[in-house]
Amino acid sequence: MGRATKKGQSGAATAFVHRTKAIKKLQISLKDFRRLCILKGIYPVEPRHRKKAGHGNQAPRTYYMMKDIQFLLHEPLIDKFREFKHFMKRLTRAYGRKNLSAVSRIRKNRPKYKLDHIVKERYPTFIDAVRDLDDCLSMIFLFAIFPSTKITDTRFVQLCRRLSVEFLHYVIASKSLRKVFISIKGIYYQADLFGQQVNWIVPHSTGFAHPTDVDYRVMKTFVEFYTTLLGFVNYKCYHSINLHYPPQLLLDSSEEKVQEDPKVGKRSRKRKNAQLEKIQKEREKRFVERDTVEERLSALTQTLQKTNTGEPEEDIQIDEFPASETDDPELVELAKQERDKLSKFQNLFKGLKFFLNREVPRETLVFIIRSFGGEVSWHESQAVGYSYPETDEKITHQIVDRPSMEKQYLSRYYVQPQWVFDSVNAQMLLPPADYFIGVTLPPHLSPFVTEQEGDYVPPEKQALLNRQRGIDSGIDEDSESEEVDDDEEEDGEGHQSDDSSEEEDEEGEEESDDDEAPATKKQKTGSKGANKQKDVANTSAMSVEEGRVEVDDPGRRQTRQEAEERRLAEMMIPKKKRRLYNKIMHSKKKTSQEARILKEKREAIDMQKKKDKKQKLT
Amino acid sequence: MISSKRKLDAVNKNNDILNSGVDLFVNEPPDEEDVSDQDEDSSSSDDDNVNDDGDSDSSQYSGLEEEVASSSLDDSSDEEEQGSDSDDDDDDGEDLMLSDSVDNIAIGTNAKEPAVVDEYEQDSSDEEDIRNTVGNIPMEWYKNYKHIGYDIEGRKLIKPEHGDNLDDFLNKADDPNYWRTVHNRLTGQNIVLSEEDVQLVQNLLGKTHPTQSTEEQYAPWVDWFSSEVMIHPLSNRPEHKRSFIPSKWEKLKVGQMVHALKMGWMKPSKTQEEQEKEEEEQDDKFYMIWNEDEETEISKRYRQHIPAPKTSLPGHAESYNPPPEYLFTKEEEQKWRDQEPEQRRMNFMPQKFSNLRTVPGYSNFIRERFERCLDLYLCPRQRKTRMNVDPEDLIPRLPKPKDLQPFPTTQSLVYLGHTDMVRCISVDPSGQWLVSGSDDCSVRVWEVSTGRCMKTLTVKEKVKGIAWNPNPAVCLLAIVWEKTVVLLNPGVGDKLQLSNTDNMLASQTQAESSADSKVAVSWSVCEGSEHDQGYRLKLTHAHDVSQFTWHSKGDYFATVMPDGQTRSVLIHQLSRRRSQNPFSKSKGSVQCVRFHPLRPFLFVATQRYVRVYNLLKQELSKKLQANCKWVSSMAVHAEGDNVILGSYDSKMSWFDLDLSTKPYQTMKHHKKAIRQVCYHKKYPLFASASDDCSLIVCHGRVYNDMLQNPLIVPVKVLRGHKAEKGVGILDCVFHPSQPWIFSAGADTTIRLYT
Repeated sequence: MGRATKKGQSGAATAFVHRTKAIKKLQISLKDFRRLCILKGIYPVEPRHRKKAGHGNQAPRTYYMMKDIQFLLHEPLIDKFREFKHFMKRLTRAYGRKNLSAVSRIRKNRPKYKLDHIVKERYPTFIDAVRDLDDCLSMIFLFAIFPSTKITDTRFVQLCRRLSVEFLHYVIASKSLRKVFISIKGIYYQADLFGQQVNWIVPHSTGFAHPTDVDYRVMKTFVEFYTTLLGFVNYKCYHSINLHYPPQLLLDSSEEKVQEDPKVGKRSRKRKNAQLEKIQKEREKRFVERDTVEERLSALTQTLQKTNTGEPEEDIQIDEFPASETDDPELVELAKQERDKLSKFQNLFKGLKFFLNREVPRETLVFIIRSFGGEVSWHESQAVGYSYPETDEKITHQIVDRPSMEKQYLSRYYVQPQWVFDSVNAQMLLPPADYFIGVTLPPHLSPFVTEQEGDYVPPEKQALLNRQRGIDSGIDEDSESEEVDDDEEEDGEGHQSDDSSEEEDEEGEEESDDDEAPATKKQKTGSKGANKQKDVANTSAMSVEEGRVEVDDPGRRQTRQEAEERRLAEMMIPKKKRRLYNKIMHSKKKTSQEARILKEKREAIDMQKKKDKKQKLT
Repeated sequence: MISSKRKLDAVNKNNDILNSGVDLFVNEPPDEEDVSDQDEDSSSSDDDNVNDDGDSDSSQYSGLEEEVASSSLDDSSDEEEQGSDSDDDDDDGEDLMLSDSVDNIAIGTNAKEPAVVDEYEQDSSDEEDIRNTVGNIPMEWYKNYKHIGYDIEGRKLIKPEHGDNLDDFLNKADDPNYWRTVHNRLTGQNIVLSEEDVQLVQNLLGKTHPTQSTEEQYAPWVDWFSSEVMIHPLSNRPEHKRSFIPSKWEKLKVGQMVHALKMGWMKPSKTQEEQEKEEEEQDDKFYMIWNEDEETEISKRYRQHIPAPKTSLPGHAESYNPPPEYLFTKEEEQKWRDQEPEQRRMNFMPQKFSNLRTVPGYSNFIRERFERCLDLYLCPRQRKTRMNVDPEDLIPRLPKPKDLQPFPTTQSLVYLGHTDMVRCISVDPSGQWLVSGSDDCSVRVWEVSTGRCMKTLTVKEKVKGIAWNPNPAVCLLAIVWEKTVVLLNPGVGDKLQLSNTDNMLASQTQAESSADSKVAVSWSVCEGSEHDQGYRLKLTHAHDVSQFTWHSKGDYFATVMPDGQTRSVLIHQLSRRRSQNPFSKSKGSVQCVRFHPLRPFLFVATQRYVRVYNLLKQELSKKLQANCKWVSSMAVHAEGDNVILGSYDSKMSWFDLDLSTKPYQTMKHHKKAIRQVCYHKKYPLFASASDDCSLIVCHGRVYNDMLQNPLIVPVKVLRGHKAEKGVGILDCVFHPSQPWIFSAGADTTIRLYT
């Protein structure tokens, strides 16, 4: 017989530890603990049995896994934190004594730490890292446009900017952008990286207020880790498609080499004379160079240099075809189709030349257009990196966001920026007519919504789906013209039925209680119309109304019976499952209700529009 | 050349003289000849002094300077007076003063002096050579003393002799230098200004350059104290000894630093190259961290990791240009605004912009990102398996109601006639007649098949209960109101049967009429007009009777008096006209009693329990737990194996007496209180009537095979009644032979469903 286990020495009681205790164990301050948690990705957990985890205490405390805390104990960062604390102490003391030389000396020896090992630890495989990239990207794109403050110094912001630009370059080079969406919050992107869908949001380029009640330190700690993560991810990504990691522009390399050579000569000559001065100059030059390179990089127009220029990529793809061969030829065919479709989508803007007016968000559009193989340029005074002037005759599309343009070229379309976004989401070039200058734009729909059965589908979405399908099955845009026809027909009907509808309304009041299908209603309307006059004649006297034939609709009866059976069966759901069932049904009901509300709203709006149109005509 | 400092001093002094001398020279004549006429006020000094004063010392001026610095111009007139007062005796102290002044520099000779001056002597004393040490005090304090102050050794300075006013006056006339004689207040001496001094003063008064020589005016400016380091020191003074001795403190400091370096407490500052290198390192600090060939070891901890849920992706409503139906109407907007930010379904308000350039920055962007950050590191995580349940799977598989027919499905007849709520109904054993008792104090007998009211009896009070005798051979009806139970021959149906009933009752009359005194129920035979109405027997109870029930044989019946305490349940025997109280003790307020149809058991339902008594053995055989708060009604199956209970908390419990004392199944089908439950005599049906105006018919079958579970299926919900004052259906009863059900409602109707 083993010894009887004591209470509170195993299981939930020892598996969890609350925050105060954890901090005590780690012997660090709460602030450091929080930073550590952020960097190491340690999060509180919700124990299944609060009472057991709290040794009988059910107070609302945050619990951590004991294992996590023990894991933190061995973290070298803790030592670094202590070192930093000591450093701060020395620094403040020197400040207090106004010993400025000591301050500068101490400051130079500021302890530094690296987070490389944490990246590897948190994401043992590359795919894990890619999977967790959403928040990382959103934060870095946000910090890239931050002003430099006490918390976010210039270097830090520049690093964020650099990393974000590098990432965009990778997405362009790998053609992995899939969806884009302009929301009121910002611009959402979805890219397909290594089979993982990565979403991120970039705020609109217009400025917005920085709230004061937000703890920027916390955000900075996050971004600190995220920059490390994104740097490594970028490195890996660049190498996966044979690009130099600190990205090198394709055009730049030759120029640089030319520039490099005389510099070397100069250096040797001058070495004796004034080395110090030369180094200084060289540094300045390098900084300037770096700045221009960075600017050019952030223009996103130039392709990057590859590490191996010899092998074309097509070979690899051809190799892949036999490899993926499976037993089922249909499947292979399907896969091939899918691949063709994807490659077609990836080269959506291939062969098109865009010109951006200065009022459109440049970076966003350049990124999107280049991701889908288009060429893009802008006015040379706007930014570095433009490639051709507005007068270029080969420009096919000019993206404009102003009510009118004075000088227009006949050879190109002048479209609003939404055209680019909608075309990408539709995976095909939409007719630009809807997006011309000054035209009221069609609604911009979210590409992230996949309508389930029973959800509300906006008519525009339906039209888009039809159009996509139409192309697939070879019918070109007939659907749209048909729709127009339908509308007209409906209009005509509306004219005819306007008079009769009033009558129907009156009668509808009488028989509002019985819920009969509209089909039966229609049948009746004819006879009723005849009866009506009689009714009016003898309303005062006692009368016998003509009996109505009750139409027995077997289908309806069937459905009604089924509904009743279901209701009865629902009554017999045991109590255990009833809650769940009610919840499911409640949510279903809610969604259907929302869908109904939206539908009704839309119908009302359409009606209003039609009425307005008619009024205009008459 | 003399040093610039010196020169500056001289200029300063001149200025001072100017300041003090303003008043003195106001009346100064341009020519010496006129002096005697005009300068009457000022006192004159001795002739001897004049020559001496020609090379007058700086000390005298220094005194002047002091005075001027301390006193403003306003005072100067006062001083003058003082000076004139003390002028009387000024000759005595002269020698003394002169003996002290050994300075060979005079103002007047300043410019002409060659630069062979001993610099050290001059420079060694910054402060002026002060004869009188009294300091900056009003000199009138010494008016009454012989001395005027103290010299640097502490000896008294004796006031110089001054002539009286007469001397002064004479001086004015005689002394040609009188006009340029100045009185030094501090030393009490008279000083005669030299020609140069006078010239200087006049120049200054004329607002010209003091010297008026152009050379000096435009002399090149030597910026001695400039930022430029000169090769030679400004002064020839040798370095101090201190500077040749190494500093002790520095040595200590260096020692400390060396020690700190040795111990590693202090790190040598980095050179520029090192810093550059570091910067470069920072720039390309990234490397291949995930090598493909490397086998990744996935730790146990990693497997436990709960990844944070991703943020939900935006829908159409978040678009900058959404379809118009997604925009808020005014009501929706108001609702959104009124809600707390946490309660809102969307954390933004849909907006429509006509073009991209008008879209503003989203003001909550940073806050939303921040909240996400907080969620990531502060929000407790828990792994939850999402229930991907098809709701169809939750619905139990039951036989279709269609297969369980027959059961009542449609409302076929409505019995109209009562004017108040119908409280109770009963069907006669043949199924031909229906009787109903209502709150309008009437009892009506209906023909079931046609809905005709065959007979109406008016009673004194609201009818509480009504029941046909289940014996098919007799036609007897029991009616309950207040404390009375009346047995009545309704006079409908077969004549033979009616006469049989009367005969039977008549034959029984001879039986003992000695009522049990304890029971306090009086049996009486109705006669006269009551007999004509059909009343046969009348039982008067001590308390109000709430319920009445027949035994299935029709001989015994039981009444319930909720207020009767120990006598709340009474059992009566019709054939012997006898009543008895089976219980000696009350077990709570009795709601309902039923007889077991076959065996001598009595079911007594109190609020929460049903007690089953064996009447033969006179003992409690079972106690059923109702699992509800307040039992309202009870029904026993014709076989006697199953009991159903209806309760006011809208639950219905189905008991299998063979299995357990707890309900086999509790059903909560109704939304409001259940008023009545009933069993069908032949078909496996039972029904419950409730205040929510629904009558639910269930199929309940018990199999002989003990392994198979009883089957209870609701087969039909019957509606038709309307609620009145919150009361729906009050009573329901099955037809004895057909699968029909009658219901009596508060809306004064009785309905038949077939």
